[in-house]
Amino acid sequence: MPDTAVLAVTPRTTHAPAGPRSAATATTQVVVLTARCARLAVRHVDGLVTALVLPVVILAVFVWLFGGAVRADGRYVDDVVPGIVAICAGFGAGTTAVSVCQDLVGGTVDRLRTLDVGGPALLAAHVGVAVARNLVSSVLVVVVALALGFRPHAGAAGWFVAALVVTAYLTAITWVAACLGMLARSAEGAGGATMGLMFFAYPSSAVVPVDTLPAWLQGFAGHQPVTPVVDGLRALLHGTPPSEVAGTVGTAFAWCAAIVAVAVLAAAVLFRRRTA
Amino acid sequence: MTDRPAVEAVGLRKAYGDDHALAGLDLVVGAGTVCALLGPNGAGKTTTVRVLATLLVPDAGTARVAGFDVVRERHEVRRRLSLTGQSTAVDDALTAQENLRVVARLAGLTRRAARARTADLLDLVDLADVAGRRVATFSGGMRRRLDLALGLVTVPAVMLLDEPTTGLDPRSRQQLWQVVAALAAGGTAVLLTTQYLDEADRLADQVVVVDGGRVVAQGSPAALKERVAARRLEVVLTDAASRADAVRRLGDRVLAVDPARDAVSVAVADATEVRAVLDLVDPDRTTVRDLALRGASLDDVFLALTGHATPTKEPSRA
Repeated sequence: MPDTAVLAVTPRTTHAPAGPRSAATATTQVVVLTARCARLAVRHVDGLVTALVLPVVILAVFVWLFGGAVRADGRYVDDVVPGIVAICAGFGAGTTAVSVCQDLVGGTVDRLRTLDVGGPALLAAHVGVAVARNLVSSVLVVVVALALGFRPHAGAAGWFVAALVVTAYLTAITWVAACLGMLARSAEGAGGATMGLMFFAYPSSAVVPVDTLPAWLQGFAGHQPVTPVVDGLRALLHGTPPSEVAGTVGTAFAWCAAIVAVAVLAAAVLFRRRTA
Repeated sequence: MTDRPAVEAVGLRKAYGDDHALAGLDLVVGAGTVCALLGPNGAGKTTTVRVLATLLVPDAGTARVAGFDVVRERHEVRRRLSLTGQSTAVDDALTAQENLRVVARLAGLTRRAARARTADLLDLVDLADVAGRRVATFSGGMRRRLDLALGLVTVPAVMLLDEPTTGLDPRSRQQLWQVVAALAAGGTAVLLTTQYLDEADRLADQVVVVDGGRVVAQGSPAALKERVAARRLEVVLTDAASRADAVRRLGDRVLAVDPARDAVSVAVADATEVRAVLDLVDPDRTTVRDLALRGASLDDVFLALTGHATPTKEPSRA
């Protein structure tokens, strides 16, 4: 334990340097930084609006404004919930990119490095908090959808697997956002860079069936990660037993795992480059 | 503590493309002393601090902090140094207390020790009354003071302060100077960068003047001032001919010439010297139209030491 020799409050009283400090353990680093990020997230008004208000608004817009055009029977809400979850994950990712970038340009990362706190600990804290926040958004979407007439038929197993898929997708998109946050030179730039992530959800099966898209987009939409995630979730919520959608869900997990692997690696490289 | 200097840099070089931020900088700071890096924007002060803080790897040269190499043994260095950088690295949405506790915990203090240390530091920088307020509501001076406290969660062997008093009100500046003096009295080596001559004068045992990425002069504040002179006398002559005459008579004592106003500036130490200069320039008491006496500015230091004016104007003091 480091000597906590109290620095004199009045000047000119001597106090020797406390000797080399012991570094906090990796676990302590992650715990302390996660608590910090969680506090910042809860007190960040823009972030809260993005996490709690925007999903509800988007859901309402799709169900009430577009829903009648997509499904004349008024049951659009049964199809669109997974899509809204995917779209809102993009908004949440934007918040993460901005937070990461602010830590880099604001001097926080410099201070952490001189304390010998690693970049991975900081990024893990950011990603962990962001995934938790986005899970709350996702639950909120489901709850509001229930109020709007959503009638899922999933059993306990179905809900469980669906929650895993959502968590995997959130983890993947958030790590990508963390990378974008490190690439950006300013918080505004980081916000802009994640616009791409937000639009990624649209050319997929998120809000309309893929076969209604123009032919040149169908190829892309059919083979991008959002589509198996949304298709898997939709089937699970409609009550398909997890074993019958194992293929789609497996593809979704594979995509997410691959994205996380690449993004974590890229984040490590970017962090070193940004701070060298 | 060993007999080795706390900070020892030899031939530091760092270039960004064609821009040589450091062009062979040497530096030695002893334990328990305060060293001021004085220079204009772009002189290489911040780059030096970042190299010593293990945040930047130099292209060439070596630096040791607390006896350890800043590149190869950076982890050892980090356990013995603290940095308060130019950008105030505080979380606006957290309270002063929360900011301090986070950094104290990351510096390896236990929860209890972090709480105790936080209370001490809040007293030290005079923020105990607002400990529970969010930093977003703080003034610039309060934020800087909190930032300083964050650098002191453990008492370091080497403290690096990058322009610590820029934007501080006079009272906060005084407080900071007291803290720095107390730290040095306790054996910490303090390296601070500044653009202000009076700050270097008040605080530093040793002043190192940097320009263009290398050291152009160093010594005690008194020794430097002898070279630069405490005051500057501006003599306004009646016409161009007498101005040229004055420049010739003063020789290399001339600090600056303003042809538009036929004015010549000279370094002077006291009233006797003012009289001597006037007698030298204008023995018949006919050619001096006006005169003005000013305290030596950083511009004068630079002019005297480097032979060219500061590349950027000194920012107005807050």
